[in-house]
Amino acid sequence: MRGKVSITGVGHTTWGKHPGRDRVALIVEAAAKAIADAGLEKDEIDAVLVKQPNSAPGILYGQKVAEALGLRPTIGLNLDQGGAACTSLLQYGSLAIEAGMIKNALIVYGDTPRTGSRAALHRPRGDDAIMGWYSVAAGYAMIHQAYQQRYSSAPEEFGIFAVQMRANGAENPNAHLRSPLTMDEYLAGGKLIDPLRKDDFCLVSDGAAAIVIGATADARDRSRAVPLLGMGQGQESWEVHLRPDILRTKAEDSANMAFKMAGIDRKDLSFAQIYDCFTVTVLQTLEDYGLAPRGTAGKKALAEGIGLDGWLPLNTSGGLLSESGTPGLQLIIEGVRQMRGEATLQVKDPRFGLITNQGGTMHTHATIIVGQPS
Amino acid sequence: MSFPVPEITDVNRPYWDGLAAGELRYQHCKCCGNNWLPAREHCPQCLSADREWRPSSGKGTILSWVVYRHAYAPHLADRLPYDVTAVELDEGARLLTNIVNGDEGRKLSVGARVELCIENEEGVSLPRFKLTDPK
Repeated sequence: MRGKVSITGVGHTTWGKHPGRDRVALIVEAAAKAIADAGLEKDEIDAVLVKQPNSAPGILYGQKVAEALGLRPTIGLNLDQGGAACTSLLQYGSLAIEAGMIKNALIVYGDTPRTGSRAALHRPRGDDAIMGWYSVAAGYAMIHQAYQQRYSSAPEEFGIFAVQMRANGAENPNAHLRSPLTMDEYLAGGKLIDPLRKDDFCLVSDGAAAIVIGATADARDRSRAVPLLGMGQGQESWEVHLRPDILRTKAEDSANMAFKMAGIDRKDLSFAQIYDCFTVTVLQTLEDYGLAPRGTAGKKALAEGIGLDGWLPLNTSGGLLSESGTPGLQLIIEGVRQMRGEATLQVKDPRFGLITNQGGTMHTHATIIVGQPS
Repeated sequence: MSFPVPEITDVNRPYWDGLAAGELRYQHCKCCGNNWLPAREHCPQCLSADREWRPSSGKGTILSWVVYRHAYAPHLADRLPYDVTAVELDEGARLLTNIVNGDEGRKLSVGARVELCIENEEGVSLPRFKLTDPK
């Protein structure tokens, strides 16, 4: 498996607002860029793997996207796995390439929750809605509360992640939100659901992104093909309050699988692009991954930094908190830019990069580790 | 009116009937002994359908909580600010609830003891709790 499949092309629309634009049209725009970046003709794509748009889930959505792309692919599907879906789709595509079923897979996402419907983000949560249990954010607030109670953590331990992602986004000309954030501004941020502050929330962004994967040996330009070295998944699945430990998910298993497959240690990482839908997600992921002891991720980030010269450069294009609030592909694309040496905030000579995606309220999780082009 | 009236099914009817009768019930697996909520047809541990409803002591412990300062539905505006709290019953089943004497969350803590305090809202009996020892 290790390195046999590469990410050969990436593309995305602008992030932010696309009033009146059709979701599928945004996907086609991003897909065309990714296919061109891979040096492929459209008809060389034989898998169209789509992440379900949360604001408008549809039946046979994968086929609708393939039709708009003018394709009749070998594999075509739409996956509902929340924010882990794009990384999981990349993994399934790579398995199909290895099995010889397909040659090039296109993984795409596009949605317009910013200018369209945010109902999915604010929705009543099943039978518990009668108690007032609404919104996606509330589940993360529940985890954030449990975290700060267990570890007696200071708000700055969460704020450091918002501050750094916003600093990174400010440097990214394509970021949705380019205004930096000070710690004082973070601490003064209003609260929608305690204990979350305004800047603990990621952005809600319109936009589409796409990547193309194929056999490394077949890449048109090997110097820009970023090999997939390790991958893993772990599905917690259970609702937050029903988990044996509110502060444990299966992300740990996903990481262990990916590091084992890649054959590298934690200390070998040059950077990480971590799914930062809320600040607590970053702390939890760093700790689930064994990159920081339990209860210490924020303290470590404050003490040692998470910028380019820090302990571990994180979300170098701004992540969901600043670059784009879209679910995960932008993190993979930034990982590719880093390994190609094309990032705005470029890590010097990166060897191994980590990308994490997760969805629901830490219900789903997927990991990839990428390496240097050959 | 946006009040989310629960959808009553054959599986969850004993839960809501129990609350209307003044008791909180949970499901017990007669095969493996597991206790759980919310209502299901099968034990999520051993998948047996051989289950029964049992009355809870109504006593439990706080796992975590949040406090809403924004109303995500019109009917919630009058309740602001309000808490949603995760509680583990002494019998092991868990549920999301509200703490009636939590002082907008200020008196809540992980591990705090709580007891059942059923309240009626829009004709539905709801499993709310109160702190046993509010400080």
